[in-house]
Amino acid sequence: MANLSESEARSILQKILALSRADECEVTLGGGRSANLRFARNAVSTSGASERLSLSVTSSFGLRSGSATINEFDDASLARVVRTAEELARLSPENPESVKLPGPQKYLEPARYFASTAGLTQQDRVRQTAASIGICREAKLTAAGFLEDSTGFSALANSKGLFAFQRSTGVDFSITARTEDGTGSGYALADFNDASRLDAAAVTRIAARKAAMSKGARAIEPGKYTVILEPAAAGTLIDLMVGSMDARSAEEGRSYLSKAGGGTRQGEKLLDERVRLYSDPLHPEVPGSKWTQDGLPQRRIDWFEGGVVRNLRYSRFWARKKELSEDKVALGGGPTIMDGTDTSLEALIKGVKRGVLVTNLWYIRMVDPQTLLHTGLTRDGTFYVEDGEIRHPLKNFRFNESPVIMLNNLEALGRPTRVKGSLIPPMVVRDFTFSSLSDAV
Amino acid sequence: MNRRHFLHSSTAAAGSLILPHWKLAAADLAAREPMPVSAKKALADAALNAATRAGATYADVRIGRYLRQFISTREDKVMSVVSTEDYGAGIRVIAQGAWGFMSVDQLTPESIARAAVEAVAIAKANSKLQTEPIQLAPQKGVGEVLWRTPIKKNGFQVPLAEKVDRLLSANAAALKAGASFVNSFLGLVNEQKYFASTDGSYIDQDVHRIFPQFQVTATDTKTGRFQTRASLSAPSGRSWEYMDADPKGKRPGITPRYTHSYDMIEDAALAAEQAKAKLSAKSVVAGQYDLVLDPSHLWLTIHESVGHATELDRVLGYEANYAGTSFATLDKWRSKKFQYGSSIVNLVADKTEPGSLGAVGYDDEGVPTKSWPIVKDGILVDYQKTRDQAHVVGQSASDGCSYSQHWSDVQFQRMPNVSLQPGKKPLTPEEMIKGVEKGVYIIGNGSFSIDQQRYNFQFGGQLFYEIKDGAIVGMLRDVSYQSNTQEFWNSCVAICDQRDYALGGSFNDGKGQPPQSSAVSHGSATTRFNKVNVINTARKI
Repeated sequence: MANLSESEARSILQKILALSRADECEVTLGGGRSANLRFARNAVSTSGASERLSLSVTSSFGLRSGSATINEFDDASLARVVRTAEELARLSPENPESVKLPGPQKYLEPARYFASTAGLTQQDRVRQTAASIGICREAKLTAAGFLEDSTGFSALANSKGLFAFQRSTGVDFSITARTEDGTGSGYALADFNDASRLDAAAVTRIAARKAAMSKGARAIEPGKYTVILEPAAAGTLIDLMVGSMDARSAEEGRSYLSKAGGGTRQGEKLLDERVRLYSDPLHPEVPGSKWTQDGLPQRRIDWFEGGVVRNLRYSRFWARKKELSEDKVALGGGPTIMDGTDTSLEALIKGVKRGVLVTNLWYIRMVDPQTLLHTGLTRDGTFYVEDGEIRHPLKNFRFNESPVIMLNNLEALGRPTRVKGSLIPPMVVRDFTFSSLSDAV
Repeated sequence: MNRRHFLHSSTAAAGSLILPHWKLAAADLAAREPMPVSAKKALADAALNAATRAGATYADVRIGRYLRQFISTREDKVMSVVSTEDYGAGIRVIAQGAWGFMSVDQLTPESIARAAVEAVAIAKANSKLQTEPIQLAPQKGVGEVLWRTPIKKNGFQVPLAEKVDRLLSANAAALKAGASFVNSFLGLVNEQKYFASTDGSYIDQDVHRIFPQFQVTATDTKTGRFQTRASLSAPSGRSWEYMDADPKGKRPGITPRYTHSYDMIEDAALAAEQAKAKLSAKSVVAGQYDLVLDPSHLWLTIHESVGHATELDRVLGYEANYAGTSFATLDKWRSKKFQYGSSIVNLVADKTEPGSLGAVGYDDEGVPTKSWPIVKDGILVDYQKTRDQAHVVGQSASDGCSYSQHWSDVQFQRMPNVSLQPGKKPLTPEEMIKGVEKGVYIIGNGSFSIDQQRYNFQFGGQLFYEIKDGAIVGMLRDVSYQSNTQEFWNSCVAICDQRDYALGGSFNDGKGQPPQSSAVSHGSATTRFNKVNVINTARKI
């Protein structure tokens, strides 16, 4: 039931639109099946599957609107969710920032659905996990990890005649291997839309190698260091920076992209000239959604090019307010893509005279939205590099750093890899600020 | 838009139908009459029987209807009003010694029985990866019982206009006091949960939570600088009565702080003045300071450095791949000598405190709730446990710490309320400050980060006041403090008394894979920690 076909989804959406008495009505329907296997202490811990289907109705009368969601699909429940949305709309004050719903749209067709993922069984999950645990057990390591896959759809329709449907699949695997005495820990992860590309054993071997290498970590003084950030370490900070590019906040003077005296820093060179950051729904490694939150087509958007701020993210209201055509501004977004080079991580390390190799960063939180200063810690594999060689493991550090400063201090970029849905290269960055040591392993 | 304004505009649009509309909406938002307990029992029995027939040695089923309402505003506008409703069941089983779980959102006796059989099949497949069978601490069935959050005014039944009006009035107060921008938000949650297990428990619970919050921004266009101040409210295990602005719920001081009742309008007006003051506040000089931490701030430090560190699943390694493990290892606990904090530090785990987010009658595996010490006179004495963990530490009963965010997610060990007990000697924050030579008084929670074993942490706040020679001399900005959990709690030298005790909390505490959210409170009175490392967080980009 949870994975509906396009015609089944259309039929439910049309039923809702027929029940609507509002001036405008938008309906979204989403659902699917997800399954996971979680393991720890070299054994399965929790594991299960879930099927869900959810319907959301937004009704508007003039400038008033209200939303309601439900997951029951009998006629009485469908009528009730429409009535609730309409009552909420009638009772809400007018919102002058409301925008009219879009009419029918033409969308790009990202390849996000793979039968290989949709066909996974519990036996497949058990087989991949058993391989992972086997490698760790043989290396006298303790494995904890997570394998999850999902197959789902989403559909959108509105009273202006718009209808859209998309299906997607995804699989994620991550593994933390720890030495039995708890003094070493290594981490690796992989995620794909196509499950046939997942090799849990290969991912596990990376984590296992790092765990063994990270035993006996030594402390060095906190301070500013050249760092080699693996994609998993760099990715979150970069995503947070790209996620803070709202045009309205910048113009309101409450963003790192606000300019003293008013206005924004769009068009300014803010980062190293090698930095190109964009999103592209058709990128084969990180295919995006067909539509934006507003139902408009997702398209390629350049965020930074040559280190220059190319676009800020607009809402439809803010584009209207600034009298900008919706097709001339960035309304959506999608997975972050950062260009790199063909240089391998190993070659990047070779080029570093003295520095710190960082596998992963953890508990990253904003400290100051004015500068995008973030804090967090290194985790699961931090190593001292000298004359291009990994010399010894290091105790973990707390950092306080802004991705804006980090991408200004760029030394070198490597080959991009997909991590957590984004495509990020490993990179060498000078003067990365470590502010204290952590005893955590 | 002020209250009268909003009522006027609603009335103008809805005409004479406004009152009936309110009633209609209220009825809809409270959903239909909850499903009769007898119907839930019949569905639960269908699942339990099917699981048992398929080979489960234990099974539980949670049938849930989850209602949520969110209202978000900015300045004089309502940005969205969303009401969600979600209904379904999750079935968890043990078969061949392993856990299996399946959820289903179309509830008939047939569909729930099919899901139960599938959960058993998953458990059997998983058993190939099992090294030792799951051991559950015994739990006698409690029969058919009922528990409800003792709310006084159901927020779902309060007219939408009243709720919107409160938010817009708070915004108006902030703007009048000079805020450049203000965003406010109200979240209401009602979990209608029915639990049944093969132990013979049939538990019907109706759980409520509320969270009003705002963020005020003051900008200085000339310099391009901006500062924010977030609300000093706490998410609460109450409903609309929390918004009553009862004067008895207020603790006086340099800025009012709140306990069982919140005055959102007063707080918003002060927030605007304080955000503006932060723009010209002195940037802190990094160094060691004595910290005086208000309950509206300290709750988060307790949460991160004690709450998470004493979760037994983390200690054992079950969270190693995501949330992390813990420095509070079994050997430290077994020694009965591990000095977690100074001798005045007493931290109690609790699932019963009225008004707290963790308060329920029974946890999500049917265990009656209770309170128990975690750190006693500074010594680590216990952990937080579920039924499948108690045997690991040689105990024969769960602490009642099982929770799932939703019927479609499997339950696992989640944090109870963990609270610092107030000092036994009479002491007010003002008296405490008088004894501080060089310090910072911190109110409200801000940025927060801690390592995966809960040693090294860094916290910000909302309001920072410099203390010199026993007096507050002005406001500071760019303040964060860094410490190590054990050093920090051992630097605790004074705790104010019960009169200053208040709960803070997290509406959305994340843990697990796939991540699940839970709500948890942490109480304390204002507390002093000596010689903590304060850093300056100002940067230029």
